[in-house]
Amino acid sequence: MTKFAIGQTVHRLEDPTLLQGKGCYTDDLRPQGAAHAFVLRSPHAHVLIRGIDTTAARKAPGVIAVLTGADAKADDLGTMPCIVPVKNHDGTPRGETPRPVLALDRARHVGDPVALVVAETYHAARDAAELIEVDYEPLPAVADVYGAAQPGAPLVWPEIKQNIVADLHLGSKEAADAAFARAAHISKIELVQNRLVANPMEPRAAFAEYDPETDRSTLHTSSQSVALLRAHIGDIVLKIGDKLRVRSGNVGGAFGMKAMMHPEQPMIVWASRRLKRAVRWTGDRSEGFLTDVQGRDHKVFAELALDKDGKFLAVRATVYAGMGAYLSQFAPMIPQSVHSMMPSVYAFEAAHLHLIETVTNTVPVDAYRGAGRPEGIYVTERLIDIAARELKIAPDELRRRNFIKPSQFPYTTAAGLVYDSGDFEGLQAKALKEADWAGFPARKAASEARGKLRGIGLTMYVERCGGAAPPDSVALKVNKDRVLVLPGTVDNGQGHMTVLKQMVSEYLGVDMEKIDVSQGDSDANPFGLTGGSRFAVVTGTAAGIAAKEVVDKGMEQAAKMLEAAAADIEYGDGDYKVKGTDRKATLFDVASAAGGIEALHIKNTGALTFPNGCHIVEVEIDPQTGVTRLDRYTIVDDFGRALNPMLLLGQVHGGTVQGIGQALLEHAVYDNESAQLLTGSFMDYAMPRADDVPSFHTTFHHTPCTTNPLGVKGAGEAGSVGAPPAIINAIVDVLHAKKGIKHIDMPATREKVWRALNG
Amino acid sequence: MSVKVSMNVNGEAVSAEVPERTLLVSFLRETLNMTGTHVGCDTAQCGACTIHLNGRAIKSCNILAMQAEGGNVTTIEGLAKADGTLHPMQEAFRQNHGLQCGFCTPGMVMSAVDLVKNTPNPTEEQIRELMDGNICRCTGYHNIVKAIAAGATSMAANP
Amino acid sequence: MYQFKFQKAKSVAEAFAGLGKDGDAKLLAGGQSLIAAMKLRLSQPSTLIDLGDIAELRQIKVETGTVTIGAMTTHATVAASAEVNKALPALAMLAGSIGDRQVRNQGTIGGSIANNDPAADYPAACLGLGATIATNKRKISADAFFKGMYETALEAGEIITSVSFAIPKRAAYVKFKNPASRFAIVGVLVADFGSSARVAVTGAGPGVFRIAEMEKALVAKFAPESVANIKVPAEGLNSDLHAQADYRAHLITVLAQRAVIAALK
Repeated sequence: MTKFAIGQTVHRLEDPTLLQGKGCYTDDLRPQGAAHAFVLRSPHAHVLIRGIDTTAARKAPGVIAVLTGADAKADDLGTMPCIVPVKNHDGTPRGETPRPVLALDRARHVGDPVALVVAETYHAARDAAELIEVDYEPLPAVADVYGAAQPGAPLVWPEIKQNIVADLHLGSKEAADAAFARAAHISKIELVQNRLVANPMEPRAAFAEYDPETDRSTLHTSSQSVALLRAHIGDIVLKIGDKLRVRSGNVGGAFGMKAMMHPEQPMIVWASRRLKRAVRWTGDRSEGFLTDVQGRDHKVFAELALDKDGKFLAVRATVYAGMGAYLSQFAPMIPQSVHSMMPSVYAFEAAHLHLIETVTNTVPVDAYRGAGRPEGIYVTERLIDIAARELKIAPDELRRRNFIKPSQFPYTTAAGLVYDSGDFEGLQAKALKEADWAGFPARKAASEARGKLRGIGLTMYVERCGGAAPPDSVALKVNKDRVLVLPGTVDNGQGHMTVLKQMVSEYLGVDMEKIDVSQGDSDANPFGLTGGSRFAVVTGTAAGIAAKEVVDKGMEQAAKMLEAAAADIEYGDGDYKVKGTDRKATLFDVASAAGGIEALHIKNTGALTFPNGCHIVEVEIDPQTGVTRLDRYTIVDDFGRALNPMLLLGQVHGGTVQGIGQALLEHAVYDNESAQLLTGSFMDYAMPRADDVPSFHTTFHHTPCTTNPLGVKGAGEAGSVGAPPAIINAIVDVLHAKKGIKHIDMPATREKVWRALNG
Repeated sequence: MSVKVSMNVNGEAVSAEVPERTLLVSFLRETLNMTGTHVGCDTAQCGACTIHLNGRAIKSCNILAMQAEGGNVTTIEGLAKADGTLHPMQEAFRQNHGLQCGFCTPGMVMSAVDLVKNTPNPTEEQIRELMDGNICRCTGYHNIVKAIAAGATSMAANP
Repeated sequence: MYQFKFQKAKSVAEAFAGLGKDGDAKLLAGGQSLIAAMKLRLSQPSTLIDLGDIAELRQIKVETGTVTIGAMTTHATVAASAEVNKALPALAMLAGSIGDRQVRNQGTIGGSIANNDPAADYPAACLGLGATIATNKRKISADAFFKGMYETALEAGEIITSVSFAIPKRAAYVKFKNPASRFAIVGVLVADFGSSARVAVTGAGPGVFRIAEMEKALVAKFAPESVANIKVPAEGLNSDLHAQADYRAHLITVLAQRAVIAALK
């Protein structure tokens, strides 16, 4: 084993560069002579565009071009794709929401791009944009995900009846109904999954270069997948195929949002090709709020059926899921995960979801950290707490009675997933101990002596990672003295370079110092997508398979060099060795003699993994103001195995704080009449800051995953799944004790909590 | 429609003719090509653009270049020693995994150095309160807070 | 940001002359609100007159009964000033609670009160500590200075030079921050001057205001219970995403009690 092998805490190799401001994010590229682009956006949520007069803007100083939807149409640009096919329960296909890169005759949300100004400087482009005259005819707008589906609501798309773009059933309705029919007790909840804004600290950016020699364009952009962008922009929107190369350098956070193509990316490439000139665009934060795909936005009605002993029978829900004005790339698929996650870590007979996806005059919604998993777990874990209270069973005990047991693996859940491993009862027991659950009453009394109300909340969570699509590939190239690793994924801050080096170092027995990692170039890197907590599981496995292929490919050359039969040669610690002798050749010697060895692993097994864990948090509420302070935050996770424990915990902390943000602070609020975003900047959208959150007490309770050779389960989204139900359960612990209140919706702001306590 | 602006950046005198409306951060990034200082918002909330002007941490996105005329500016690029040895606060961030995507990091580090200068032995609570001008979306702050505490100790030991 | 002309003033007189030359000129103090508004194209001055180089505007003076802060003194300077901390700790504390550290290093008292943001902190200090605002033309009492949202008694060509605060027996400021912007949802300053008391509220209404009933009760007895049962009507208070008017009204009473407790410490 090398000293930086898998399982060791290795300080990140990325850091010295980033810590000195030497990283290279998209807007750090300093192309000579690039033009600057500014996007004029619809100030209205729903309008007909009667005409656009760009005459004055085109004559403004420094302006190179002003482009509109009509120009895009004339150039035969395709529309922005949604790649998820969905069939409604009546067998018809889901609705279509074809979105041009620039609005043509109708804008459907505030921020919808209407015109692109390209100029010599940013100021010139922005000044000129104010000279564009757009003849808008305002139409009625709708913002509420549930209201949009009610009769009489304004239609976002005249073609889409009642704004319902998809209506489907997941799981067996009959089985669930049968279980509910014989239930001894049914607990119910109506809740909101608050709409969120991803807000990575680096705003979206795109910079396109054009090479007249080859007629090729290179798009530099902050992303989670250069391959996917290359395909969607190159093949579908611009129809230029491989004449597009997509590159991502350092990415300043992404959280699902940057996996999606946004209109500015094809728009900038298109402008650059028309002008045969480099064009750059960097969104500012205000634009991000109005255009970055958002997350969550559900209205939920759910029920839990239990038998007389508190055994769970079934869970069922009707979920209205907001899609925004247009179906983004993966949008209709995201809420489907609510169904897969509804059984959580418990043995249910049935789980049924009626999913109604609606369009509204709002920013499109797509995957945001967790992407359907937090939404599903939240429903069930909230229901369990409600049931526990109604049945007067302790919340930990009610969960204990219903855990899937280690002896039951592989276990097929009521949602049809096959869990391979886990020790939910043991994990919960560990968490209760770590959190000193038993000592809570004394702490509660101490808080009360200070005039504060203390509550405790517990949740279990599980999520689904891994999976077949899209395949995350790894190419390995060995020459005379270096190993080059080319992953299909793009690092967004996770530390992929360090962990890939750790993994390949162990796989090949080569020092980390001799390994290079190169990512983010659609010309050089194979297919892949960072997302879904899949890097360790899928890319890690792919790297292992590619490494084995490298070793196998070198075997023939090694046999020649060592003058032995391949069958007599074994590989280890970076050497091909003749068994039982001291004769050996290094991998680099062999690669050198073979003129280099390359391997590409492009398929993955599609195996799923199920990270799981328990969050326990105590809240201290000031009844006079409603301020909720988080205290004693304990997290126990089962990630199968840690590749680099320090980095792993970094993922847990970050995910958890995004979950805390959802639970207490964050909310993309739209005015219900005008569909204007009311929380359009950090002045109104409350991002968690250092003084909003506690430090965390974390530990692991790993059970190795059996579906991949590394035994890992994935961790990127875990915290964002666990935090919301734990926190709301803790707050409701207080609200129920004081006021008999059953539920409070997220974000549980100070004012909401105060009203609940004083209403 | 332009003015001449001169200042000292990381020990070097710099001077350029820029439009009046040039923000200090644009002067650094666009004019001087020093891209270590980042822009994460347009309402002076996130702190990614934090630099030191005349020894005080400020948000360079919320001040005109001309307001820094004649001043001494230190950016993230000027923090490590010339030989590449990291500043104790940078090193503390590295040791404690106080960064992930790295975008907020230059501002975080510049802000943290200023914090420790004015509050030499900060408690966890002080660090959390005094870092309220810097937003991070990746780390959940846990390791940033640890890093700043460690950096404070290390700065005290290496004044 | 729209285009503008930029002028650095070397003296108050020079700044005054600049204002006279261009009716759409604006004074630039620390710029923490103005530059932000200009970036969002919400403000469009034709000329900016920067007061940053005028040293005479950056003095702190403590005299018998008053603390005087030069208009261009930053919040951080006031918060850290040993003299202010000794003579009027509530003012230092209030200055140290404005915005964040970076904003406090750049923002100034003159800029803050000239802007009169309804959620700013300094207006509460001015009104609650019976301040007198000195300009290049006259002295204005805080009671006459603040005129509602973003409006003041300042006339064209008038430049704030300093603010003098009366030193009370004791005072304290308690602030309930907007979780996003960190501005005051409600901020209450209470001051005990012995024969009089002042209670000034920022954030809650369209501008800073006093609560006479609380002041009367505090003169009778400077104790938290004196204000505990004084309800503030919600009518006329701000109602927005972050706090409805009745919540703000309730918070005023809670914060007033807490401020009295803090002042008594």
